[in-house]
Amino acid sequence: MKELTVKAEVGCLDAVTDFVNGELESADCPMKTLMQIDLAVEELFVNIASYAYRDKPEGGDALIRIDVLDGHARITFEDGGIPFDPTAKGDPDRTASAEEREIGGLGIFLTKKIMDDVIYEYCGGRNVLTVTKKL
Amino acid sequence: MTINKQKNGTSLTLAVAGRLDTVTSPDLEAVLKEELNGIENLTFDFSALDYISSAGLRVLLSAQKQMNKQGDMKVTGVSEIIMEIFEVTGFSDILTIE
Repeated sequence: MKELTVKAEVGCLDAVTDFVNGELESADCPMKTLMQIDLAVEELFVNIASYAYRDKPEGGDALIRIDVLDGHARITFEDGGIPFDPTAKGDPDRTASAEEREIGGLGIFLTKKIMDDVIYEYCGGRNVLTVTKKL
Repeated sequence: MTINKQKNGTSLTLAVAGRLDTVTSPDLEAVLKEELNGIENLTFDFSALDYISSAGLRVLLSAQKQMNKQGDMKVTGVSEIIMEIFEVTGFSDILTIE
């Protein structure tokens, strides 16, 4: 298991992606799966960077933990920001036309579609979101 | 990400290569803002695009909305993995993919 703590800001996205990719590559993750996991990681981290510490001008940290076990990757995101369960959001209407489309919620929707499992917990004053995918 | 612009009268082709993500999408948005005026045919060439996230989808959606008012837009060279993202999100119904 490996962990990385970064400032919860969009500028740290590359550091987070590099960290996760490094672990997945050493686990011989297929390229397609790696890109799908990248996508989930981006959506979830950007969500935290954009919203978790909205009420704190000084911002805060996000912790990313990755575990590759029995051919499955499990990635956990933790932050001490505003309690927020992204899995509780309804799915966007995929049949709406371009004009009617609302773009919000697409990130978490993609994450749910791509990953095998997305679990949210609020634990000890922290948002803990765990996603898993078979490699 | 690199963006290669090719303009021919009222036609514009943007060849986008690399990663269209949260960090790079604003660059594409800026190019569109600058170039779309008076364009009737907009083509995105994605043959060298490796990755797209919801931030990239947002930019495509707003380009599609603008082009609905002033002409046509199409997307070419879509790889299997990016097509899958278009399909999962329903973007395959909104975009003209060739």
